[in-house]
Amino acid sequence: MSAIVHLRSAVALIGRFPALAGVNLDVHAGEILLLRGPNGAGKTTLLGVCAGLIGLSTGEAVVLGEDLTTNRRAVRRRVGLLGHDSFLYQDLSVVENLDFWSRAAAATVADGRAALDRLGVASRLFELPVHSLSAGQRRRVSFAAMICRRPELWLLDEPHAGLDSAGRDLVDGLMSEAATSGATVLFASHELDRAEHVAHRSVTISGGVILDETPPSTETRADS
Amino acid sequence: MSQSGGVLSDAVLVARKDLLLERRAKIGIGQVLPFAILVLLLFAFALDPDRGILKLATPGLFWVTVLFSAVLTLQRSFALEAEDGILEALRLSGMSPAGIYLGKVTALTIELLLLEAVLVLGVAVLYDTKFLGIPLLFAIALLATLGIAGAGAVYGALAARLRSRETLLPLLLLPLLAPVLIAATRGCEVSLEREAMSGWSWAALLGIFALVYLTLGSFLFRPLLEDA
Repeated sequence: MSAIVHLRSAVALIGRFPALAGVNLDVHAGEILLLRGPNGAGKTTLLGVCAGLIGLSTGEAVVLGEDLTTNRRAVRRRVGLLGHDSFLYQDLSVVENLDFWSRAAAATVADGRAALDRLGVASRLFELPVHSLSAGQRRRVSFAAMICRRPELWLLDEPHAGLDSAGRDLVDGLMSEAATSGATVLFASHELDRAEHVAHRSVTISGGVILDETPPSTETRADS
Repeated sequence: MSQSGGVLSDAVLVARKDLLLERRAKIGIGQVLPFAILVLLLFAFALDPDRGILKLATPGLFWVTVLFSAVLTLQRSFALEAEDGILEALRLSGMSPAGIYLGKVTALTIELLLLEAVLVLGVAVLYDTKFLGIPLLFAIALLATLGIAGAGAVYGALAARLRSRETLLPLLLLPLLAPVLIAATRGCEVSLEREAMSGWSWAALLGIFALVYLTLGSFLFRPLLEDA
């Protein structure tokens, strides 16, 4: 089975700093991979490389069959990235944001509304400007904007951050559903108790390299 | 080109979003317009003792005011794209960079034309100016504004992520727009003097500037978006 994410000796520089210093990683279709590691380890950079936003200095990167060393743009519309930033216009309302980002990604307005419903965003919030939402509500709207693209590869940076317990459960459920339906999920998290339960496999990254890998848990796979 | 239908549909989507953002935030009406009227007033106070000079300088003062206001509008327009990871989201969206560029130019042009319409009234009242060659003035305003927005969107994107963008943008942009300022001022002078026929050559020159800026911008916006 060919890998959805295939990195070999991947080196990525942020300025002159090697944020990734030779990463080898394979992630397969339908897999949920947890990226563990301290702050500044290179997790966010690794997600940025897989999204085609950050270029490699040296090494190989093939994501969803696209060689990112020759064309980083080709993969972008097929991935969904949930980052530290909200990716939302603060002065626009919730539905105005969803309408814009769904149309921008060639999805429909109905896809955007369905995603808001799926994320449990109450309809009374739809007309509010994003800047008036709480951090957790903003996170749910960002998540909705991501899933309405129907990405084949989910790249999530601290997906539980800012969410209440119900929201975290919802995110875990969405990741499992995505994997069941054939999408692949890479996510970085510091909430290891929760994250390790939902992940099929985890790797520890530190200093821009992968230190160790936890083998797939058959129990967790069976659960999902 | 995006899956949704290409450069034109992306341009319409981005222009509508930018105009909606302006409607929500009201920065143009609440801040840029009062600034522009204030500049016109200050020129009037400074030159009022000699109404002759004020009348002679009216086209130049009008376009300098428009340029200063355009810089503020551009800074606001691209600061929004630099916040909250929006530039990354635009790169991930699959939209055509040329479509994003043309959409931003369209929204900027509409906002600046509305500003100019109000400033024309201000000039008529404060500087006692009578507008004679209306079709020529309209053509000059449209083409000059397209040139300003076309060049401005390129430099706005260039400066968007720089920490010193507030000071760098005017420094980069104003020299580039000097030919537009000169041609628009001369064209307006000619039309106010009822020599409308010779004024169309200035309009044609502004049309060439606009075409060059828009063509270059459509091609340059992709690398600018990637490097931003």
